[in-house]
Amino acid sequence: MEPFTVLTSRAVPLDIANVDTDQLIPARFLKKPRSSGYDNYLLYDLRFDEAGAPRPDFVLNRPEYRGAKIVVTGPNFGCGSSREGAVYALVDAGIRCVIAASFGDIFFNNAPKNGLLPVVLPPDQVAEVRAALDGACAELTVDLQAQEVRGPGFAFRFDIDPFRREGLLKGIDEIDLTLQYRERIEAFRADYLAERPWAGVRG
Amino acid sequence: MPDAAPGPLTLFEKVWRRHLVLERDGQALLYIDRHFAHEGSFHAFEKLRASGRRVIAPGQTFGVADHYVPTRDRARPIPNPEIANMVDMLGRNTAENGIRLFGLDDPGQGIVHVIGPEQGLTQPGLTIVCGDSHTSTHGAFGALAFGIGASEVAHVLATQCLWQKRPKTLRITIDGRLHPGVAAKDVILAVISRIGANGGTGHIVEYAGEAIRGLSMEGRMTICNMSIEAGAKAGMIAPDETTFAYLKGRPFAPAGEAWERAVADWRGLASDEGARFDREVRLHSDEIAPMVTWGTSPEEALPVTALVPDPASESDPARRAQVERSLSYMGLVPGQKLSEVTVDRIFIGSCTNSRIEDLRAAAAILRGRRSAVPGIVSPGSSAVKRMAEAEGLDRVFTAAGLEWRDSGCSMCVGMNGDLVPAGERCASTSNRNFPGRQGPNARTHLMSPAMAAAAAVTGRLTDVRGLTVGEAA
Repeated sequence: MEPFTVLTSRAVPLDIANVDTDQLIPARFLKKPRSSGYDNYLLYDLRFDEAGAPRPDFVLNRPEYRGAKIVVTGPNFGCGSSREGAVYALVDAGIRCVIAASFGDIFFNNAPKNGLLPVVLPPDQVAEVRAALDGACAELTVDLQAQEVRGPGFAFRFDIDPFRREGLLKGIDEIDLTLQYRERIEAFRADYLAERPWAGVRG
Repeated sequence: MPDAAPGPLTLFEKVWRRHLVLERDGQALLYIDRHFAHEGSFHAFEKLRASGRRVIAPGQTFGVADHYVPTRDRARPIPNPEIANMVDMLGRNTAENGIRLFGLDDPGQGIVHVIGPEQGLTQPGLTIVCGDSHTSTHGAFGALAFGIGASEVAHVLATQCLWQKRPKTLRITIDGRLHPGVAAKDVILAVISRIGANGGTGHIVEYAGEAIRGLSMEGRMTICNMSIEAGAKAGMIAPDETTFAYLKGRPFAPAGEAWERAVADWRGLASDEGARFDREVRLHSDEIAPMVTWGTSPEEALPVTALVPDPASESDPARRAQVERSLSYMGLVPGQKLSEVTVDRIFIGSCTNSRIEDLRAAAAILRGRRSAVPGIVSPGSSAVKRMAEAEGLDRVFTAAGLEWRDSGCSMCVGMNGDLVPAGERCASTSNRNFPGRQGPNARTHLMSPAMAAAAAVTGRLTDVRGLTVGEAA
């Protein structure tokens, strides 16, 4: 996984609450292999009309936000379906960070495993960051080391648990990490099933 | 390992503690008892293959074909090659890794959250995961069950464990008994409209109170199923005699002496007297009427007797914009009576409401009547289908003019091609009214099976309490 340390980029405002993962990637694209890239499926029904032509008014299609790696959006981003394809679509479209007041839990867990940082800020701070994106193409800096979002006239600190932070900073593969504890897991399992033999699968 | 003298514990804490392998940097490594894999798990199997790892405990994972399976013409090959490939890939991935598959032709096939309980794989006190957000359904048995993404699916396959941040707890108590015509679906829609689509974020919800205790397992599953629509990680209900009676004798349930030991253990799982929750919410059954959604988030739900909300009455500009956006997508006018909104079709099915009790509730309204609109009924499992046919429910639906289909996720998510045409309005027993969920530009109104049946009869959103139960067949 690609590590995340400091990111400075244009940011795109997506002024919608409850952007669910069905909108982030409609179900009909989920049978596509990842190898072909998921970037074109991101927010497909908002970005493209029925004939498949880009909707020029939609914010992600506007030239001033092209190349943005940061999304600033409404609360409860990524709610709904557990589909990790929603994260693949964002990452393949070049997005590395989403800033919102809250996230769907499953999306919030899926994102860092693909090098995408979800940043939670209080609603008033999200509003201030959002306000900086009107008109000129403001750049934001998201500094994971310092746990800060910086922009014109503000620097907001965000919380992240140390496990997730270290994983992102170093690009740690969680399966490798867990397999270091293999003996402890096996010992745990033996004790657990000795105490509750019915919990094992019958037959 | 449990500390000494922990004090009163919640149901969630008891299940969490017995699965805690170790903690590191604020995260817990949890042992996972059961894992279900559907067609969408191909990313995870590919990831495992690419890294040269193997499935560490294949006996604890069960494959289930549900998301992409056809709900008719099953004797014929699946016509769409991309869809056929999804079903085939699950078959190959499970076979190559020694995983038991409930495939298309298996008599036990069905929607994963219907067949886990039906097979007795879902049991109190277990940790259960699946790459599907509605895994919260299994919490109805007092299991800790939650949806995960593909990376976590790969992690479970490789390690039989998951790293998790300990969630907070929220107890939602429903006092009083449910009124006639009010179903589990109405309870959970009322809860979500009360606390919001992110009201449960970061929390495990425990449902309690007289109304919950009085529900069948089917009703409890409907409630826990939609916990995710309130943003909660999982929903849980303490196991009781209703739970044990449901599980006893099921294929994978403990038997003989093991059953007795298991039940004795399960009886101890209920939250202790005096256990503390991070948050508490209380509703009374008197406040809960038959509900329908009017917008594009499950929180946008109202009693069917209400009017379509007026964005002008929202003082918060963000909220106002959201209501306007929802009404525009749904093609509704502020102040319009919900009971005057006409529908184009109905869908009875999905992991929320496709169990035998749901089909009975819909059939009770439809018996002896005709549906004014087309619609499909997709039973939650092949076993539910057989049971419904033995009771003659299939003939009630077909006599009403509805299609009686096979089991799968079907029109809830449309992955198999069961879609609502663009611009059409569907009365649906599923769980999500998101834009495009049932098809591009499809308009979804969520409701209970009896309410969907009532909408079928009249061709509009209808208060089921005004319809007498249909004539005897």
